[in-house]
Amino acid sequence: MPPGAVRALCLGAALAVLAALPWWMANPYYVNIASQILFWAVFALALNVLVGYAGLTSLGHAGLFGMAGYTAGLMLAAGAGHAAAIVAALLATLATTAIFALLALRATGIGFLMITLALGQILWGIAYRWASLTNGDNGVKLADRPAPLGLHLSSPDAFYLATFAVFLLCLASMRLFVRSPFGASVRGTRDQPRRMRTLGYNVWLVRFLAFLFSGFWTGVAGLLFVYYNQFISPQVVALQTSAEVLLMVISGGVGTLFGPVAGAAIVVVMKNVASAYVERWNMVLGIIFVLIIVFMPEGLVPGAARLVRRGYRGLRAGSGPAAAEAAASPGTAGR
Amino acid sequence: MLFWLLLAVNSITMGGLLFLLSAGFSLIFGLMRIPNLMHGSFFMLGAYLGATFLARGMNFWAAALLSAAAMVVIGGLIERFLLRRLAGQDLAQVLLTLGLSFVVADLCLMVWTGDPIQPPTPPGLAGAFRAFGMFFPIFRLAIVAIAVVVAVALWLMIERTRLGAMIRAGVDDPAIARVMGIKVSQLFTLIFCLGAGLAAFAGVIGAPYLSIYPGLDADMLPLALIIVILGGAGSLAGALLGSFIIGFLYNFGQALFPDLAYVILFLPMLLILVLRPQGLFGRVG
Repeated sequence: MPPGAVRALCLGAALAVLAALPWWMANPYYVNIASQILFWAVFALALNVLVGYAGLTSLGHAGLFGMAGYTAGLMLAAGAGHAAAIVAALLATLATTAIFALLALRATGIGFLMITLALGQILWGIAYRWASLTNGDNGVKLADRPAPLGLHLSSPDAFYLATFAVFLLCLASMRLFVRSPFGASVRGTRDQPRRMRTLGYNVWLVRFLAFLFSGFWTGVAGLLFVYYNQFISPQVVALQTSAEVLLMVISGGVGTLFGPVAGAAIVVVMKNVASAYVERWNMVLGIIFVLIIVFMPEGLVPGAARLVRRGYRGLRAGSGPAAAEAAASPGTAGR
Repeated sequence: MLFWLLLAVNSITMGGLLFLLSAGFSLIFGLMRIPNLMHGSFFMLGAYLGATFLARGMNFWAAALLSAAAMVVIGGLIERFLLRRLAGQDLAQVLLTLGLSFVVADLCLMVWTGDPIQPPTPPGLAGAFRAFGMFFPIFRLAIVAIAVVVAVALWLMIERTRLGAMIRAGVDDPAIARVMGIKVSQLFTLIFCLGAGLAAFAGVIGAPYLSIYPGLDADMLPLALIIVILGGAGSLAGALLGSFIIGFLYNFGQALFPDLAYVILFLPMLLILVLRPQGLFGRVG
């Protein structure tokens, strides 16, 4: 059997096991954890479009995530139906993303990071301070989850299946994106923006569209988040959320399809395990962040994949794939 | 009338504090090319340390200087042993400072708990004096005076000394500065220590006015960020002007449009980004 087929078979088996999770996992606590992993994975995949493939590190994505959650929550509180709330949330997120992109894409690298950080803080400030609109620190509660196709999502199992379906769609769209000419041009603007410009590509437009794509899935993840918790507060919009999802992308491996998924699983599991034993999740988050950046900047998934493919000896050869991975490491991606 | 004057006095005080905070941030950003996302943490940790020294009965100014000295050492260790390992990888360095800022925030919460601390105003400066038919709090004017003294001292150092010339060379072109025999990496350590110390000093003298609470770091960092985007990286004049602009916007915004205070704060930054991306006094975009 060719290696591609083995890979596809393994992937299919893994997805089948995940799809059947409610039937072999009796404890609803773990089903809920699995749902969390999946919607954080959607968020991490969305951020990875920018961080990994476009080489633009955003620290403002929590703002977009919160925009979707708050819009849906406030629409529902105002008496709108679920369909209207979801559509409005996605449109609002896309519009905000466009504004983010217009301002932040005046720069790349560190400048981009600073502008997105500042924009994210504006949205946090609105969620926190504009109490007459957002209910301030008390947050917004959602009375109910939706019932698409007559299937009510109130039980953990039903919500997990719906989240899994959305996650599959997201993964498929990411795969399509990576393999498409558009995905190739996004990677081109990351590695060789000047050459891309000379070849006649509109580098700004390519980055803008990548940002919109990222913003769309961030909005979807925000919707899943707000329906899962049936509650959203300014804490969700804070810089810490942006940092957490960035940690998922980086720990899993930037610019890979499954890295962010693995990263989301690692961070969510760690967060739940850590909070069972220690009060200090923030400190754990910070320390892991520092350790990964200092000792394993390429992330866990590319590191492991490289070891499987070549063994230790191939490490120093630095031929094609290794060089490509090096280009995707966070140290050089922003340049 | 009184309301406006008081608001203006508060704005100028805030501007002075913000200058002490952002001068170091701007120099670090100009020289090392990274926004130090720990800068708010230096401010908060410095303030907490100072409050602890004060609670032990130490003199206010001695506590401020000791806290600044402690932060100089901590800043030096971070630069020398963590940031230096990642030399040349600016993005990794930024994320490192972000990770450390979470650690510091949680450490402070653990040691000093979540209750806000408001150290008393130093005894000699507690009152107010009367001029033009109104009262001016002396301590707030003292903060402004200190900021002015620090600004002049920094300006003299940057513009008039050999060290300052080396720093300016490093800001303009680190590669050529290295070729000319300037040890730019030593300058990195020096500036990082200086910035950390100034931030801690600002934290202590600002504490009686702002009070110290968890999240103070996350409140101050974006302000430093906007000031540097406004004024231009590595420019002291830019940091000074930016600090007072933000000082005024912060206080007038809070007083007049409390709901939208944050939006108002960020508007000039957006304007600058669109019209003059290198900042008011920045040289390169």
